[in-house]
Amino acid sequence: MNKIFEVPLYPYTRHADQDAATPAHHRVVVVGAGPVGLAAAIDLARQGVEVVVLDENDKVSFGSRAICFAKRTLEIADRLGLGTPLVDKGVQWNIGKVFFDERKVYDFNLLPEEGHKRPAFINLQQYYFEDYLVQRARAIQAEGAPLDLRGGNKVARVADHGDHVALTIDTVDGPYSITADYVIACDGAASPIRSMMGLDFVGRVFEDNFLIADVIMEADFPTERWFWFDPPFNRGQSALLHKQPDGVWRIDLQLGWDIDKEQEKKPEKVIPRLKAMLGDDVEFSLEWVSIYTFQCRRMEKFRHNRVIFAGDSAHQVSPFGARGANSGLQDTDNLAWKLKLVLEGRAPEALLDSYDAERIFGADENILNSSRSTDFITPKSEISRIFRNAVLDLSEHHAFARPLVNSGRLSMPCTYDGSPLNTPDALPGGPARTRPGSPCPDVALGNGFLLDSLGDRFTLLAINADAPDGLSEDGIAVTRLSLTDKDDATGALAARYLGDAPAAVYLIRPDQHVAARWPTYDAVAIRAALRRATGQEMQ
Amino acid sequence: MPTDLILTPNMDRPDDIYADLLAAHEGLSKAESDALNARLILILMNQIGERRVLAQALAAARVPEGS
Repeated sequence: MNKIFEVPLYPYTRHADQDAATPAHHRVVVVGAGPVGLAAAIDLARQGVEVVVLDENDKVSFGSRAICFAKRTLEIADRLGLGTPLVDKGVQWNIGKVFFDERKVYDFNLLPEEGHKRPAFINLQQYYFEDYLVQRARAIQAEGAPLDLRGGNKVARVADHGDHVALTIDTVDGPYSITADYVIACDGAASPIRSMMGLDFVGRVFEDNFLIADVIMEADFPTERWFWFDPPFNRGQSALLHKQPDGVWRIDLQLGWDIDKEQEKKPEKVIPRLKAMLGDDVEFSLEWVSIYTFQCRRMEKFRHNRVIFAGDSAHQVSPFGARGANSGLQDTDNLAWKLKLVLEGRAPEALLDSYDAERIFGADENILNSSRSTDFITPKSEISRIFRNAVLDLSEHHAFARPLVNSGRLSMPCTYDGSPLNTPDALPGGPARTRPGSPCPDVALGNGFLLDSLGDRFTLLAINADAPDGLSEDGIAVTRLSLTDKDDATGALAARYLGDAPAAVYLIRPDQHVAARWPTYDAVAIRAALRRATGQEMQ
Repeated sequence: MPTDLILTPNMDRPDDIYADLLAAHEGLSKAESDALNARLILILMNQIGERRVLAQALAAARVPEGS
């Protein structure tokens, strides 16, 4: 058994708050030290916002869980300062193979676009992601960032008092109370905070069970994603084989609805299934086995005054497409800068409602995509199975059918079309992919990358255009980044940011999303766009 | 000018085309026929390509007497 599961990373220690005569007050309390909670805490604390993280446990989560981290997540991790260890440890893959019945119907190459610092995806066990986040939290703590990580702290009560939140926390030493300006609930799909507040979580349950197994084997399977529809070793169902670091392979086997979960989890049931899949002569050992069912659902609102939900507590999707942890990271990316501005009194509280608008839009996109994948992988009616099989049969011989094969539409960052923070597009001929609301695509620039120069603050990106060094509006500073299309010999900067326009000025948010763009510098328009992007127009 | 769904006669030699369709199904089981129909629909959808026209076709198929 892998030792990483046994080491307490943030063991319980008694805190002075537990002996305070009146409840101690904190700016932000994050509930849950999973990937989303830790990312939120790191993002806030490294920007000087005081944050306490509470988790009832003190270790990384057990088993591989989320294993596929998308480029946008890695870019966010870069901003938080841990992109490199993730990418160094992770497994990169580009080739996918699709099998139907006994034959391979086709393979594909993700063919990543050039000029990006980070790959399209890495495979990495969630426990490594969490481990690196904890290490990063420790590193910024050592530099003086106001982050306090408390293991063995279980939230027992939460009450929103309008201008603050009161929490009661159970520990081995008994309960204690604290208060906070804001609480971010990152406590997972079964969110106790959501239950305590009596909030709904409705959606669609998929009647299916999946066996997931982490298998350690010295096999010569290539570093590829293999997906089977209706294979001989799992008739009528699907299967997935994916490589993770340390010689660990992730196997997902669809089992159907009417099964005995406890029986199916037993090694004497699991091992014959895996032997049928891998072949009798492959030596392997089981590291982790789990059975899961899933739902596609979300909360009606993610912000409930001073309690804000992020990640699986707010929305849940099927695993197809790796849209769980990846979308949770986009939640915190969206929330952290807004919360910072509101707490510092530089933006109205209404700015937090744009978190709701933008991330509900993102959650709906993820739910739509993952529901469609699920409907393709596990057809729910006779006619949908007939069409699904027809697509697979045709895909073996005709390229046209391959885009219809849906074994998961891998997570892409959301473009916040229609966001109340966007200023209407004012760049004639500008590329659609960088319209207001879009996450900035990366570009290689000399020895560095564009995204490393963006983020944490508002940036005025001037390309072939004159603009002043910076400006300030209502206490919000904007820094200029001046480039010309000569800064990138490949033409990617022009292709991604100019399109048919000869020059452009972009206003870019602290989360690297485009707020507005124009053909030239226009101080009045930029100030108006900045007010809009900080929620001044939302009141 | 975007294309609209054609609901007026557009097949050259309709009797021959119809006979071709039936001939393709000859000797097939119900399951094989269903699979062939599904493949045929997908191939024709790709030929049409435009979502708007396909939506008109789906609507016409759902309500055969017309709008």
